[in-house]
Amino acid sequence: MGVRVGKWLCLALLGGLVTPLAQAARIGEITQTNWQSQAIDFLTFSNPAVMHAIFGSLFLGTVCGLMGCFILVRKLALLGDTLSHAVLPGVALGFVWNMTKDPVAIFIGAVIAGLLGTVMTQLIRQTTILKEDTSLGLVLGGFYGIGIVLMRMVMNLEEGNKAGLDKFLFGQAAALSRGDVVVMGIIAVVTVLLVYLLYKELLVTSFDIAFARALGLPAQWIHYLVMILLAFAVVVALQAVGVVLVSAMLITPAAAAYLLTDRLSRMLLLAALFGAGAGLVGAFTSYLSTGLPTGPFMVLAATGIFIIAFFFGPRYGLVSRIMLKIMRQRRIQVENTLKAIFQVRERGGFKEEGVTLSDLAARRNVDGRVIEQEVRRLERGGFALIEAERLGILERSVFLTPRGWEQACKVVRNHRLWELYLTNAAKLQADHVHEDAEIIEHVLGDDIVMKLERRLDFPSRDPHGKLIPGQKDMERGFILSDEVNPVEVLP
Amino acid sequence: MIPDFNWDAVIYETWQFDPWGTFQIILMGFFVAGSCGLIGSFVVLRRMALMGDAISHSLLPGIAIAYLITGTRDASAMFIGGVIAGLLTVLLVEAIHRNSRVKVDAAMGITFSTFFAVGVILITAFADHVDLDADCVLYGEIILVPFDAPVRWFGVPLGPESVVQMGSVFLGLLVLIMLFYKELLVTTFDVGLARSLGLSPQVFHYGTMGVLSLVIVSAFEAVGAILVIAMLILPPATALLLARRLSHVLVWTVVLSALYAIIGYHLDVWLNATMAGTMVVVALLIFCVVWMSTLVCRRWGQHAAMEAMESVETLT
Repeated sequence: MGVRVGKWLCLALLGGLVTPLAQAARIGEITQTNWQSQAIDFLTFSNPAVMHAIFGSLFLGTVCGLMGCFILVRKLALLGDTLSHAVLPGVALGFVWNMTKDPVAIFIGAVIAGLLGTVMTQLIRQTTILKEDTSLGLVLGGFYGIGIVLMRMVMNLEEGNKAGLDKFLFGQAAALSRGDVVVMGIIAVVTVLLVYLLYKELLVTSFDIAFARALGLPAQWIHYLVMILLAFAVVVALQAVGVVLVSAMLITPAAAAYLLTDRLSRMLLLAALFGAGAGLVGAFTSYLSTGLPTGPFMVLAATGIFIIAFFFGPRYGLVSRIMLKIMRQRRIQVENTLKAIFQVRERGGFKEEGVTLSDLAARRNVDGRVIEQEVRRLERGGFALIEAERLGILERSVFLTPRGWEQACKVVRNHRLWELYLTNAAKLQADHVHEDAEIIEHVLGDDIVMKLERRLDFPSRDPHGKLIPGQKDMERGFILSDEVNPVEVLP
Repeated sequence: MIPDFNWDAVIYETWQFDPWGTFQIILMGFFVAGSCGLIGSFVVLRRMALMGDAISHSLLPGIAIAYLITGTRDASAMFIGGVIAGLLTVLLVEAIHRNSRVKVDAAMGITFSTFFAVGVILITAFADHVDLDADCVLYGEIILVPFDAPVRWFGVPLGPESVVQMGSVFLGLLVLIMLFYKELLVTTFDVGLARSLGLSPQVFHYGTMGVLSLVIVSAFEAVGAILVIAMLILPPATALLLARRLSHVLVWTVVLSALYAIIGYHLDVWLNATMAGTMVVVALLIFCVVWMSTLVCRRWGQHAAMEAMESVETLT
């Protein structure tokens, strides 16, 4: 019955994907199950197998997370996949060595097979016309084929204790023995120590190989070290995650961490945490029922973390970037309305302080409702006030606040300065520069504006002969004058 | 561990006692390797080898859901499920790498491993409901081909269902390649020229992807989800070391596929492993032999060139 509930738990995890498959008749069976006792069993560590599973998944998650970061930043993501499939023949031969699931023999066999596969991809790439992706796929498939044949032959043997050997394909954390966990722990400690001690060397060789060589670092040897540690990581994770899915435990936590930070040290820390977390969740879920493989659950947990980072990461998350984009668009829109108010007033020679909504709508070339919204947004932002015209005319007008006036001047100044710059410096025709300035006016920062002003010798008029608002105009409030710039007045 | 090699048992008796069954199995192996190899040639040349890897892993949940919904090994439902899963992978990979700073290869790794995980969980959770198990995912079952329901065409017995299916995929692929040979050649090697000729590389790219998913789905039952990738890449990779023209590469691919099937079958009988696996082993061995001989030839060629230069030098 535990099996049944485990199955339903899988369904819950898979969410809506399989809901059409749900059959009402089977729902009733959930109540008759003992997955709760399995869960309590797990959470109270009452069973040595539980302890092994917990420590094993913590170790493997940490190691895979750390090494995943390095293959990710070295752009070798799928080398992990090839390596993990290529270890399978080594696992089978390691078993044959003394006909039992000896962790050390299997470890050595797997590491040798994995490194052999890595070397072969490199050799194929160097000595033939075949490209990198082909060599990776070739070694992956070929070695995996050898591994499958060897595993089958081992299974056909009559002698030997083959229990748990089939778990290498999809993983079973609960099948970890004490010896397995000890090997995993040693590898985890070695990896963490090496990454800690050689952090600078690994950092430099990962991002700037030429600089590393210039520093006199043995870049090639460090590359081999990374490959060996990678093989270690794959082999450590093998029994709990399974050959097929180990690569995901390398790539996914590291990719999630990569979405959250720009520093390698933080990325390593986060990836190790994510890996260990995913490992624990996977071990727990698959323990709830007999016969459930661990690897797929670990991978799904890791993918869940990645999805959260993908959407909600503070800087690179999709949602935050969309929010940023919306904010920017809103700001551009506000600036465009301010500019339109300025232009309407300019046409009237700045005699009127207020601008009627219909004038504004005509200037912006949009209908009244849209203008209403835009102006309300200005009011909310403290850029303008909406009032009925005082002289008895019923139509409402917009009045800029000092802040609104300053902002409007800035946008118009940016626009006209840029037009002038394009005609003077880039020798464009005066009637070709408007579209460009229309975009850049929202982006120019204060320091660039200063540089432009200096370069154009503090101009007062744009190529179309209109006045460019200066600092004094912003302070004065409403009228533009020709004698804005003290520099021009001086001589 | 390795059984004794017995000529009679491994080679002679297989043909003596059940020639028709043996032939069917080998034919099936040939069709699988041939179809994979033909489409694989374009996949390798277009540098999409790892996309093939991704699709072959990720069609598993599609197939599993199709099984669970229909409750049978209905080929058409399986096709639809697999192709949908394959397309979803392509779209998701593109979505991830376009909307974040994760590179394409990492996006691929994340996507296909997630899909594969979902597939494995579905299969193990519902193992008692469908005759689809983890073994099938891993090895496939070419050797059981003669036991399939036979297909008749206007009363003429054609052979077991799966062989006929795979055979039609193979023939269809051959016809497609013959019809669009020039277009495929141009869009594969020179995108700029293809555009100037009015061909859309995009159409052929997605066409190749579509046919690739189709071939992978149909080969799935025979060789399993993962060994497909070996069948996709090994024949064209070997052929590319042997030939320089696309047409020659394709011919070599077909010849190599026949070799894999014949030798792989007998190796399987000898080792009692699994035919998909032994075919891959044969393929890898042939690749290694060809690779080494190209290296030796090149070294030889260099040596000859050096000697010729030296003799020229001594002459002058």
